[in-house]
Amino acid sequence: MTMSAERPDVVTGGAGSPARVPWTQRRGWISQHVGTALVLGLVGYLFGHWLGNTITGGYANNLNSGQNSTADFFALLFMVVGWLLGIGALNYPIAKLAGRRPAKELDVEGWSKYFRYSTNHKTVGLQYIVGVLLFMFTGGLLAMAIRTELLSPTTHFFSASTYIKIVSEHGTVMMMMATSIIIGPLGNYLVPLMIGSRRMAFPRIEAFSFWIFVAGYMVIFSALPFGGFPTGWTGYAPLQTQAGPGMISYLFGFAVIGLGMMAAGFNIAITIINYRAPGMTWSRVPIFVWSILATAALLTLATPTLFAAGLFGLLDKTAQTAFYVTEHGGSSYLWENLFWFFGHPEVYIMALPGFGIVGEILPVFTRKPLFAYKVGAAGMIGVSLLSFFVWQHHLFQSGINPDMRPLFMLTTELISIPTGFIYLVGMGTLYKAKIRFEIPMLFAMALYFNFLIGGVTGVFLSDVPVNVTVHGGFFVLSHFHYTIMGGLLFAFMAGLYYWLPKMTGRMMNKKIGLWHFWTMFIFFNLTFFPMFIIGLLGQPRRVFTYAKNLQGLNDFSSVSAFLLGVSFLIFFFNLVWSLYINPKKAPANPWESLGLEWQTASPVPAHNFDRIPVILSDPYHYSEENAPAVADLGEDDRLVRAATTPDDTGAA
Amino acid sequence: MNETHHLRRLTTIWVVLSVAADLLFWFLVGPHVPPGRMTDMATSNQFDFNVLFVIALPVLIGVWLYLAYAIVVWSAKRGGPEPVGGEAARTNRTAQVAWITITSVVVILLAAFGTIELIVNHGSGGGEGPNPVWSPAGATQAETAALAGNGTWSPNRNQVLPVQVIAQQWKFTYRYPTFGGFETSQLVLPNNTTIAFNVTSLDVIHSFWAYQLSVKADANPQINDVAFTKTQQTGPFTVRCSELCGIWHGSMYNYGSVVSQQKFMQWAQSTEAANAANTKYLPPFAWTYVPDANGASGGYYPDGTATPYSTAEIYGAKQPAS
Repeated sequence: MTMSAERPDVVTGGAGSPARVPWTQRRGWISQHVGTALVLGLVGYLFGHWLGNTITGGYANNLNSGQNSTADFFALLFMVVGWLLGIGALNYPIAKLAGRRPAKELDVEGWSKYFRYSTNHKTVGLQYIVGVLLFMFTGGLLAMAIRTELLSPTTHFFSASTYIKIVSEHGTVMMMMATSIIIGPLGNYLVPLMIGSRRMAFPRIEAFSFWIFVAGYMVIFSALPFGGFPTGWTGYAPLQTQAGPGMISYLFGFAVIGLGMMAAGFNIAITIINYRAPGMTWSRVPIFVWSILATAALLTLATPTLFAAGLFGLLDKTAQTAFYVTEHGGSSYLWENLFWFFGHPEVYIMALPGFGIVGEILPVFTRKPLFAYKVGAAGMIGVSLLSFFVWQHHLFQSGINPDMRPLFMLTTELISIPTGFIYLVGMGTLYKAKIRFEIPMLFAMALYFNFLIGGVTGVFLSDVPVNVTVHGGFFVLSHFHYTIMGGLLFAFMAGLYYWLPKMTGRMMNKKIGLWHFWTMFIFFNLTFFPMFIIGLLGQPRRVFTYAKNLQGLNDFSSVSAFLLGVSFLIFFFNLVWSLYINPKKAPANPWESLGLEWQTASPVPAHNFDRIPVILSDPYHYSEENAPAVADLGEDDRLVRAATTPDDTGAA
Repeated sequence: MNETHHLRRLTTIWVVLSVAADLLFWFLVGPHVPPGRMTDMATSNQFDFNVLFVIALPVLIGVWLYLAYAIVVWSAKRGGPEPVGGEAARTNRTAQVAWITITSVVVILLAAFGTIELIVNHGSGGGEGPNPVWSPAGATQAETAALAGNGTWSPNRNQVLPVQVIAQQWKFTYRYPTFGGFETSQLVLPNNTTIAFNVTSLDVIHSFWAYQLSVKADANPQINDVAFTKTQQTGPFTVRCSELCGIWHGSMYNYGSVVSQQKFMQWAQSTEAANAANTKYLPPFAWTYVPDANGASGGYYPDGTATPYSTAEIYGAKQPAS
């Protein structure tokens, strides 16, 4: 372990203290890691459980259980506090509150840095990759269980109550995963590199956002030993009020994840606004950074509503308030309104980063500039603004504000205009291009195919008369899997195959990658396309049994889903194979990108750039005679230039 | 190959494919699209779905055709001409303005179409809350009379029939206020009649989805969610719960039937008589019901001794139909 001396921006603690080292500078205090976090988390859990039972013993029981709901809630609350304390997330604020000089977090080399509170955005990015893959893998296993149950309407693999727990857990875990899957790993890793910054604006808040994300994983999975929750990921009250102790894990889990989302969004938005290198004007910012900025704005502004809604739910369950209890003066509409006021911006939190990734990848593999860059950036900002005005389309049949339905139909359909800009950008870039079908490009093209189906079916859902048939059924289920999985997850894969060589210094195997891509693309469509028909034929969501005549389609979908699961195993195999078993060193710039993130040294030094680069133009001047240089990196007067001759573009 | 060639070729294939696909869909698939034509709402909602599909098909075909064309013609393996960068490849005012204009016009027309269909069809069978703004003729009078306890319905008089749908974990029951407010688990409806469904819940949120009738209205506790439809074919239909309501949500379904007006009258009168002994123990007809202190629906059904049945003022707030 060595203390890094390369961070002039952070005051290094310790030096200058006289004889006695203050406690905030001591080794035991600053060298915290996952081990201490787990121990303090456990201690916190036990303490919270005891405290809850002590202060509300006897009257705050969960329905349908002998457990005290305040004890359940306090146990999770203090577990998270203990976890954060143990990982070192609270060292800085505690030292500040105590009026002591805070210590700098340890800059550790080697493997153990991934298990610590690292303030290096590249470490956080890689930590996030593991984190979101963990979410995705567990959520995916639950999806396999769902499709197993739906193999037959009469033979049941799970009981009705187990099935509904699986469905609810799958939905919630996947939603939590999807909010962070790109902004967490790729946003944190790439944004400073792309805007020419040495660091994030708030590195501690960035590390906090990751470690509380992990705490959120533990909280949401604590629902299963508590008996699960029956509400799906939407958590509608009063079903929520009626549910057992697993519901507390859901409500508190979203609050915990929500804190991480707000922290991540806040940090990234501030970084993009304030830490751009000289010359990185708004018209030169890479399109991926635009998409992350729009997403970060949504995270920061929409998530507090979810946080408040979850808090109300927790108060209903512990302090016996009646926010959502109709017969005591509350309203079941209140949760629906609060949840979807967050929930619809959330949908775009899960779409915009994907658009950014394909926007970044297309020019590289077509050797053409990004078409209509400004329209694309405006589209992303437009989507994020409009997304705050559409939430009631989830409630078209609920009886809430029925005369507002034309307005919400209009705003919802309007949002397809800025979303359509993404297609204008993509199709214009492909025009008369010279397309290299590398794995990232294949995934990017697949997004255009899948998201189109997701987008067009969204227009059907937004039409109130058609919504009568398709609302709450498999049609809408298929629709959002097409946008989130077909869009975001395909973009995430594109991004991983594209940027992992920079992040890890190793190339992903192309042959296994091709197997991964084709199995994922084919079986994704074979899994979810039949669900549109299943939904139109009258199958509601979240049911463990269905009409006999729908078994053929359901079985087809289930078998395809299992094969889709296999494609993820191929992906994991490729990860292990290419990174550890048979690593191939990646060239410095394997795709010949002009992006600033590819121009730093490999592996990326701790401080990213030896000298802050001066940005001279946007990074999309491909195939252009006398193209302006992209950036001046200040090393031997090195200018990053677009290659113009066929030899330099080097078709793969 | 110059620019106009690419675009001309693409446009030609696109127009041919789109016209063919639209015609095939409209005439072969369209008439069979769910929810069928059992009610006026189903017919109009099927029409709306088909109109959207006819607009969607050319969009899908256009983008997919373009992607396929790019993959085949502009692949690096094919060794075509080098791409040309520069300002012309970065922006094209005509293309951008055309794209934005066309998508905006289509989207606004779609919203206008949906709004007109929604209003003309009295809410299209969707839940319109306690005070529907787009009720069909005669609905408000029928609902007001039903609540006052003096509503009537008889065959061949073209009257609106109010039916109350009460959802609870995990079944639907139905009350017929114009027939003494009897409650039954059978949903029988007269043909060629406008039905006003008054949907409410005794516990959590459910959703009343009469699939073939094209009616879907959330059942919220203490809220009366009204949806209209006019039957036009006799036969059975399916009722499912379409909002997650707990463990047995998946088995919360039953079947209803649309019968001739005379048959319905017979059924309603005989059921009213057969149920009379039970009906007098039910709380007076109201748009919504509140469970008493014994817990969800504890006071709703007679348990013989403990719970005295209160008046409508206590059990449920009366709301005027509009």
